Amino acid sequence: MLRVVGAASLDELVRVPDAVAIAGPLDVPPALPEMELGAKLRGYAARNTAVDYISFLGAGAYRHYCPPVVMSLAMRGEFLTAYTPYQAEVSQGYLQAIYEWQTYICRLTGLDIANASVYDGATALAESAIMTVNATGRHAILVSAAVHPNYRTVLRTYARGLDLDIEELPIDADGRTDFSNLDARLADKRFAAVVVQSPNFFGCVDAPGERVQAAVKSTGTLIIGVVAEAMSLGALAAPADWGADIAAGEGQSFGNPVAYGGPYVGFIATTKEHMRRIPGRLVGRSVDNRGNTAFVLTLQAREQHIRREKATSNICTNQAHCALVATIYLAALGATGLRRAAVLNLERTAALAATVTAVPGFSRAFAAPVFNEVVVRVPAGATAAQVLAELQTQGILGGVDLGRWYPQLADCILLNATEVTTVAEIDALGAALARFAAQEKSALHVASR
Amino acid sequence: MAQPDGLLYSKEHEWLKVDGEVATVGITDYAQNSLGDIVYVELPRVGQTIKQFASIGVVESVKAVSDLFTPIGGEVTEVNAALEADPALVNRDAFGDGWLYKVKLTDPAESSHLLHPAEYDAFVTEGAH
Repeated sequence: MLRVVGAASLDELVRVPDAVAIAGPLDVPPALPEMELGAKLRGYAARNTAVDYISFLGAGAYRHYCPPVVMSLAMRGEFLTAYTPYQAEVSQGYLQAIYEWQTYICRLTGLDIANASVYDGATALAESAIMTVNATGRHAILVSAAVHPNYRTVLRTYARGLDLDIEELPIDADGRTDFSNLDARLADKRFAAVVVQSPNFFGCVDAPGERVQAAVKSTGTLIIGVVAEAMSLGALAAPADWGADIAAGEGQSFGNPVAYGGPYVGFIATTKEHMRRIPGRLVGRSVDNRGNTAFVLTLQAREQHIRREKATSNICTNQAHCALVATIYLAALGATGLRRAAVLNLERTAALAATVTAVPGFSRAFAAPVFNEVVVRVPAGATAAQVLAELQTQGILGGVDLGRWYPQLADCILLNATEVTTVAEIDALGAALARFAAQEKSALHVASR
Repeated sequence: MAQPDGLLYSKEHEWLKVDGEVATVGITDYAQNSLGDIVYVELPRVGQTIKQFASIGVVESVKAVSDLFTPIGGEVTEVNAALEADPALVNRDAFGDGWLYKVKLTDPAESSHLLHPAEYDAFVTEGAH
């Protein structure tokens, strides 16, 4: 090949300028035998201590129990080795699995049609916003400040390229979206959609009531219902029941572990009216030429491989394997099992809230009912960051510092409890907070003398 | 292939029937025949302002998805709601029950850019060769 291209040597062909070339050999240790390398890596792995922490972290990433049957099926080679099938109809098994995922998402959201999944909840929201822009011809989105901050950031990223205005609705004193000024905001009919999340970022049930739904719809504005904690769908009303034209959410809670930031699996569901605007792949059930049930990709006209210049989205692949895990998880639990798991989340969170607020100085920041997260205000004079740092020294990841996104809530912590949170862990948190409160009190006492 | 009289035609195979200030728009029989079985028509919104020769929707058939162009500019006053449940109306009666939408004309003079029946007939006959 060198002769063909007229180069004398490989070095001549790929000549790296001296200014950027590394002089001398690379500074890497000598090669190790496989067994020694294994031992060395195990040593590094042992330095990870996070697994030993008691965790109350949630905020969009949730720990749930996953029955072993889920992974033993999902990890089968037939599923694991299949990337997006390009000759899709050959992979009837995978298409059936995707069809079942779509069916579950429709049942959980109460909507007519769901796609084969998107990257995550945040991109599901952004893609849904684009759907509403295309449906209404309007170029602004009104989003509640109680929607997950990262979701709103991704929405703004998408909006920048499309030249959409993103405006926010404030939060009320109870931790829910403040709709009091809604009519005035909607009056000029420039918003394509109002975006609300329930449970919202503070864990509060934030489904808009009938008056709000009617006010939004009367201006031709659509409602996007965001669900960042899919487990809540086992206990709370479906987005369709609170007026959502589109449900955009995160399905990680269904069998997908929290693993250093991913992978996640987003879902989008909508009404029949908007089905032709839904991005990504859709699987439909049909019959083949012998009358047997067959699964096919359908409604592809807006996908980029059919009409590239008219595509409404750049989603071409999806989180098929994560969606498969979620599908098997839902099949394993069934409707009754999912409901029981969701109710356990409610119970553990109630226990968590009761234990934490029993500690002097700690109180609930918001009065609205919650699902599996609760916002706690730390004692006066302390910050959330101080409390969390102290808990961490005692082996407890005590939640998320809300000051990171909401400056006015710098004395507030967002705590999560799920069915895997034990009573002993909640008691350990309560004891650690009590020690913190006692120290604060004696420090104050000293200071006032 | 004779084209119905009293209508005007675009080179994108839309027809226009002007009735005072308002015109009815559809696609021609030649167009529906080329597309094959139509399964979906995406129409403009009532109240939407459209410009002449702009792409404002799609016609989806079992074999292709085609843009829908406007033969004339104006404000959309009505869309054929029957097409939602029965898009094949366009196949069965392209010049009649399969009409797409009605538009209140911005500038009736724009119709001078359109073809008369004999001209359109020559255009499609030429295109067929």
